[in-house]
Amino acid sequence: MKNEIALEAKSIFKSFYDPVKYDVLKDISFTINRGEFVSITGKSGCGKSTLLYVLSTLDTDYSGELLIDNQSVTNKLENELASVRNEKIGFVFQFHYLLNEFSVLRNVMLPGFKSNRFSEEELEHNAFELLKKLGIEKLAKKMAHKISGGEKQRVAIARAMINNPLILMCDEPTGNLDNKNTEIVFEIFKDLINSFDKSILVVTHDQKFADQTQRTIIMEDGRIIASSGIIY
Amino acid sequence: MKNKHIFEIAWALLMSRSKQTLVAAIGVTFSVAFFISLLGFMEGINKLLDGFFLNRTPHIRLFNDVKPSANQPIDMDSTYSGYHNFLSSIKPAQARKEIYNVESIIKKLNSDNRVYGVASKVTAQAFYNLGNIELNGIINGIDVIQEAKLFNFSDYVFEGNFVDLNNKQNSIILGQGVADKILAKKNDLIQITTINGEQFSLKVIGFFQSGNAEIDKVQSYVSLGTCQKLLGKPSSYINDIQIKLNDMSLAPAIAKEYEQLFKIDAEDMQTTNAQFETGSSARTIISYAVGIVLLIVAGFGIYNILNMMIYEKMDTIAILKATGFSNADVKKIFVTISLSIGLGGALAGALVGLFFSGIIDLIPFNSRAAPRIDTYPVDYGIQYYSIAVSFAVITTYFAGWFPARKASSVDPVEIIRGK
Ligand SMILES: Nc1ncnc2c1ncn2[C@@H]1O[C@H](COP(=O)(O)OP(=O)(O)OP(=O)(O)O)[C@@H](O)[C@H]1O
Ligand SMILES: [Mg+2]
Repeated sequence: MKNEIALEAKSIFKSFYDPVKYDVLKDISFTINRGEFVSITGKSGCGKSTLLYVLSTLDTDYSGELLIDNQSVTNKLENELASVRNEKIGFVFQFHYLLNEFSVLRNVMLPGFKSNRFSEEELEHNAFELLKKLGIEKLAKKMAHKISGGEKQRVAIARAMINNPLILMCDEPTGNLDNKNTEIVFEIFKDLINSFDKSILVVTHDQKFADQTQRTIIMEDGRIIASSGIIY
Repeated sequence: MKNKHIFEIAWALLMSRSKQTLVAAIGVTFSVAFFISLLGFMEGINKLLDGFFLNRTPHIRLFNDVKPSANQPIDMDSTYSGYHNFLSSIKPAQARKEIYNVESIIKKLNSDNRVYGVASKVTAQAFYNLGNIELNGIINGIDVIQEAKLFNFSDYVFEGNFVDLNNKQNSIILGQGVADKILAKKNDLIQITTINGEQFSLKVIGFFQSGNAEIDKVQSYVSLGTCQKLLGKPSSYINDIQIKLNDMSLAPAIAKEYEQLFKIDAEDMQTTNAQFETGSSARTIISYAVGIVLLIVAGFGIYNILNMMIYEKMDTIAILKATGFSNADVKKIFVTISLSIGLGGALAGALVGLFFSGIIDLIPFNSRAAPRIDTYPVDYGIQYYSIAVSFAVITTYFAGWFPARKASSVDPVEIIRGK
């Protein structure tokens, strides 16, 4: 299992043309295996978020090739990419992006509505189990705008997990959180790796956080300059 | 993606902007309500006015027109048969207004199953005497029972029973205008002078109001027999046969046929009253135009609120897309929002429209032209409701379509990067 590839980037280049041509990603190639916990660090503006958007198929304006679950997603149609995101990728952003009009439980269920893989009851059950795992099952019926920042981020993680994705992609998931909540989120990630065999890719500024991941990719100026691993 | 969940998301977005949504829906409601009540009212008026006219007008009239013969002597002379003969200032020979063979014609007509009914008529010129003054008048001798059956004669007679024309000798129903002028009351004896100079006294048994004051100022009604007596003619004397058909639209064709068959002049309603349809259709077109403009304005209201909603809900759109909702799904959600506002507003509008129509129906309307009607006429035809609702839904669909397209083309990367 460990050596199966979840995501592979092959020589990805990307440039912005506004206001002048600016090469933001240069020849990015790497793989993430199943069950691997990888972090990306680097100075502000070096292109981490931009890379994550490309890897998550949200941004299709790049050259090179991207494979998710051994299938090329480069040049796929918009609605096919939407399905790939829905089924294989879970997202956690620095900002939680919960829908204020929905309860916590329905927010978690939202990506499940699209995939249609489970019945409404099963989906609700799964969502509740996830909330339990993250220790916030008491909030299930609360409206999303009535819970704290740390709780919101945990709800966002539950939402990212609902369709049982192959890989979880996170952009500064702890950027808005205090030390205690950061600790909680990290424990959750570790647990997901161990008990669900997920791959996790986290972009972070937090060196302490990065040090605890299995592998850290360091970027500078649009390139990968180092990739170091620790095993625990 | 189940429709149920599209609805759920659409509904949540709607509720987050419930006030504006309500305002937009009320816009649709009022447009639909006005559309329905306006058209119902217009059509009610149209039908009333058409009724005045149609009820009283024979579909075909048979008569002998006063005109020169089509066969002039020169045409019969074999010497000039190969020539084109120009004749000018031809005058008709003495006119015989009488129709020949009335009985056999009426028999034929009654056996024609396209014919609903036949009423014969005699018209006499006369003067109403008021002291030394003589007022011009036209006395219509009518087949009382048929006239009532075919042309709703009884609707226009008041202060008296029209059947009495048959029952009482030398009785007359005066036009309201005539009665006012010669100061005649019911049961008065009035004097009239025929164009032959003979004087008659007739008993007033009622009054007649046609809705057209000019007509009521000169016309009066008597029975066929009385009129024939005024003219000094036998009881076979008839100068007008009025025909009502089962299907009025056949009138022009049948009129031509009778002209050939009976060697008589036949006039159909459509030819003599070409202007009549124009008024009705102009009113209808104007009502539709006003209604549709209202709906389009309401459509702009929806367009507006959806645009606002999209700017406010950029985050929601971004996360929907990031978590795997396709452009088509997002478009569906916003079109659903728009259609919900449209459909909800339109259905409420249909009810409010019915209510408005009911109110119009209660407003007193006393017209001397329409003795039988005492409130404004309203047509409750289901077609206005279905047209209004479907047009509202179509309008809101388009009003929602453009914002929905905009929503579906939101780039989630831009939104997420912005935070
Ligand atoms: N739409 C854009 N047009 C032009 N340049 C852009 C655009 N988006 C980002 N950039 C530039 O690309 C570079 C990389 O941006 P990116 O957001 O990937 O940085 P980052 O590594 O995530 O930084 P941070 O750690 O501060 O989040 C930056 O220099 C930024 O100014
Ligand atoms: Mg960033």
